[in-house]
Amino acid sequence: MTTQSIRWLWYASPQTFFPLAGRIARLAALLAGIFALAGLYVGLFVAPTDAQQGEVYRIIFIHVPAAWMSMFIYVVMAFWAALGLSMNTRLSFMMMRALAPTGALFTFIALWSGALWGRPTWGTYWVWGDTRLMTELILLFLYFGVMALQAAIDDRRRADRAGALLAIVGVVNIPIIYFSVQWWNTLHQGASVSFTRAPSMAAAMFTGMILMALAFWLYSIAVAMLRVRCEIVETQ
Amino acid sequence: MTEFLAMGGYGGYVWGAYGVTFALLATEVFLLLKRKRETKT
Repeated sequence: MTTQSIRWLWYASPQTFFPLAGRIARLAALLAGIFALAGLYVGLFVAPTDAQQGEVYRIIFIHVPAAWMSMFIYVVMAFWAALGLSMNTRLSFMMMRALAPTGALFTFIALWSGALWGRPTWGTYWVWGDTRLMTELILLFLYFGVMALQAAIDDRRRADRAGALLAIVGVVNIPIIYFSVQWWNTLHQGASVSFTRAPSMAAAMFTGMILMALAFWLYSIAVAMLRVRCEIVETQ
Repeated sequence: MTEFLAMGGYGGYVWGAYGVTFALLATEVFLLLKRKRETKT
């Protein structure tokens, strides 16, 4: 076994991870603040008015990064769930508990900002039966379900395993959210940004969106690290 | 400034999205720091 992998195993113990989590949290919080200020500046002052939608499109700088984070955090949470179930490591389940509330928060923000965007552009806050909207709502309920399961079962080991199982099963929802705009007819517009082609928007709009996404991502890291520290102290 | 806040007539929607987002993130941080204080003592 190399020294590298021994170092990783060293940090798998909650006690040794505790100080590292604190350092990561401070650094991520600082960077999140810087990226948020830059993203808000570009999004609100530099990015041009949209030719079709006018100023209301500026909701994109909240909506798209929040929607990305809602899906990304779920996948990371499911990864820790799978690791916890297979390796039986305590820190994995703590990471799950640390990520779920922030994931639920970003899911709600995606739904909320989407509703406020939908009203002036589609003429309605919400459409029942629209696949993109429904699967994102299911994502919110999955986060609530994982948190509720972990809270409802008294025995901590059983609570963690039940929550992890639900988290893993629910991961099937993520590709359905992502591809829903291609697979079904939905009011929701298709992706303006993808891995395979150039973004179909002005450069400043794209930059603002990426900066805000980085800010939300770093915020999530900072908050998850703070919360996992609380989990470590509370379970001792 | 008034023009900026008006957002071309969409001020309620735009600031409704930004305001609620900021309020929720601030609440999460506040609750987490409160929990941190309570666990350490």
